[in-house]
Amino acid sequence: MSFSVTEPSNGTKWFAGILVIGYALITIAPLLWIIATGFKSGPDSIAYPPKVVFEPTLEGYVNLFTDRTRATQDMLDAAGEPQTWYDQIARDQGTVITGPSRYGERFMNSVIIGFGSTALCMLLGTAAAYAFSRFRVPLKDDLLFFILSTRMMPPIAVAIPIFLMFRQLGLSDTHLGMILLYTAVNLSLSVWLLKGFIDEIPVEYEEAALIDGYTRFQAFYKVVLPQAATGIASTAIFCLIFAWNEYAFAVLLTSGTAQTAPPFIPTIIGTSGKDWPAVAAGATIFLVPVMVFTILLRKHLLRGITFGAVRK
Amino acid sequence: MTDTPIHKVAQATPESMARRIRGLSDRTIAWIFVAPTIFLLLAVNIFPLIWTIRLSFTDYRVNRPNREVEWVGLQNYERILSDPDIWATMQATAHFLIWTIVLQVLIGFALAFLINKKFRGNDLWTTIIVFPMMLSPAVVGNFWTFLYQPQIGLFNYVVAFVTGADPASFSMIGDVHLAPWAIIIADTWMWTPFVMLICLAGLRSIPDSIYEAAECDRASKWRQFWTITVPMVLPFLMLAVLFRGIENFKMFDLVVQLTGGGPGNTTTLTSIDLKREAFEKWRTGYSSAYAVILFVTVFGLASIYVKALNKVKER
Repeated sequence: MSFSVTEPSNGTKWFAGILVIGYALITIAPLLWIIATGFKSGPDSIAYPPKVVFEPTLEGYVNLFTDRTRATQDMLDAAGEPQTWYDQIARDQGTVITGPSRYGERFMNSVIIGFGSTALCMLLGTAAAYAFSRFRVPLKDDLLFFILSTRMMPPIAVAIPIFLMFRQLGLSDTHLGMILLYTAVNLSLSVWLLKGFIDEIPVEYEEAALIDGYTRFQAFYKVVLPQAATGIASTAIFCLIFAWNEYAFAVLLTSGTAQTAPPFIPTIIGTSGKDWPAVAAGATIFLVPVMVFTILLRKHLLRGITFGAVRK
Repeated sequence: MTDTPIHKVAQATPESMARRIRGLSDRTIAWIFVAPTIFLLLAVNIFPLIWTIRLSFTDYRVNRPNREVEWVGLQNYERILSDPDIWATMQATAHFLIWTIVLQVLIGFALAFLINKKFRGNDLWTTIIVFPMMLSPAVVGNFWTFLYQPQIGLFNYVVAFVTGADPASFSMIGDVHLAPWAIIIADTWMWTPFVMLICLAGLRSIPDSIYEAAECDRASKWRQFWTITVPMVLPFLMLAVLFRGIENFKMFDLVVQLTGGGPGNTTTLTSIDLKREAFEKWRTGYSSAYAVILFVTVFGLASIYVKALNKVKER
């Protein structure tokens, strides 16, 4: 083994490792706590001292997806034997299920609006990024800066006229309205990131294709797009995560049909007071996909969060 | 661009044939590709901005559409800038902004520095540390209210366990002195990894050869840290501060879910105040002026800062 003055000693590595792992454990504790709370019973979730060991139950999840009412003994008798396992869980809490809750709908809204806006954003963003990367666009730098500056405005500040505009156009509380809005918000990110990724593809590939008789369009989608596939995929995930997480516009511009999960989760309440296991279950289902995506993205994470300003 | 091979080929072939080979001209394609993006941004960003500026000179109220709208000139601006409540809000925002940035820079840099010691498994732990910042701030804010519950909350329990205080004796989000710190702690938990990742990129960009040269010159580790590491990471660190500054100036979702601006107005950041004026009191004209002031502030501060950042980069 060659000696290197820049290689930290084993002692330093151990010391650094212990501190970082310590921080990591502290930082994921709240997340693990929420995931655990989703599997607790109501009394366990608010026990003192906080319960680390508990008997897991699906109460939180059943409560999340159903509307229930407190049942008297007469009602329980009238309802007969519980038909399903989730019916049983509701009965055990002294309640009967009256129907599905709105969480499923809200979650689907998040999926529709998230994927819809991401698809549209990638379509527009890839085209614009390609043009900015390869062609002489008049006022290119100004346009690029303008695109970035749209991200600086506080969402609430823009929300006032958008609220008025959407009302006029009949887009308030619609999926289409939210998809267009999130697309516009995410375009700055997708154009900047994708331009960086396309800049890295050598121009020679396209030139070769053009000489072989491809048109510009063909060169674009047969040569550039496949080359940029990883970049496009990670940009798409970033757009998706943003749309998925967004709250300010969602809470101001949607109330029913197009409301996404983030404004809905905090409003979940039980039959008696705040139902923390149900809230935790709702948060878990909503947050875990993002954690999975984070793992997939880890190589391009830095680039994404800095709009391509920092590359590894 | 004009001396690339394809242009030479194009110049050598007759115009009609060249057009067939190349399809649409590059100029046309450039416009087709850029126009939809620009159009959408104009419609959803610039048009509303201009509308906001226009409304800011009126006394328009959304909830009274039939009332005569009057031009009030700069009156809205005068009222906002002379309103002590709004200055209190600005102060709360500045407190939040400064402390979150200080804590995130210190912890973020320290973590990056330690991770850069390349201990075994550092990638895995880095990914774990990064989780919080990818999550929905509103949902995070909501579940931090659970962690902050007096008596039953995990946060209170841990603090009580460490300090020996009674976990029911303090309420992070109910106490006027603690609430500003409650939002700072939650934000720091969430966004320290952001600063950490950028610092890490900075640390990794420093070539080993510089340290080797310093070692030959017998510079102490301490001196190496201050004369090599810090100056080389500084541009990265400043970029991280820029991003966090802009984001936290706009801060809404996390804090509105965590404290709702209370107790009293102690955690009413500007975005939360603006939301109340615009969507609860429905003072559209007034809040438009408020929005313009905020936008000018963030844009102005960011431009000054970017100039400073570029100076540091040039050094």
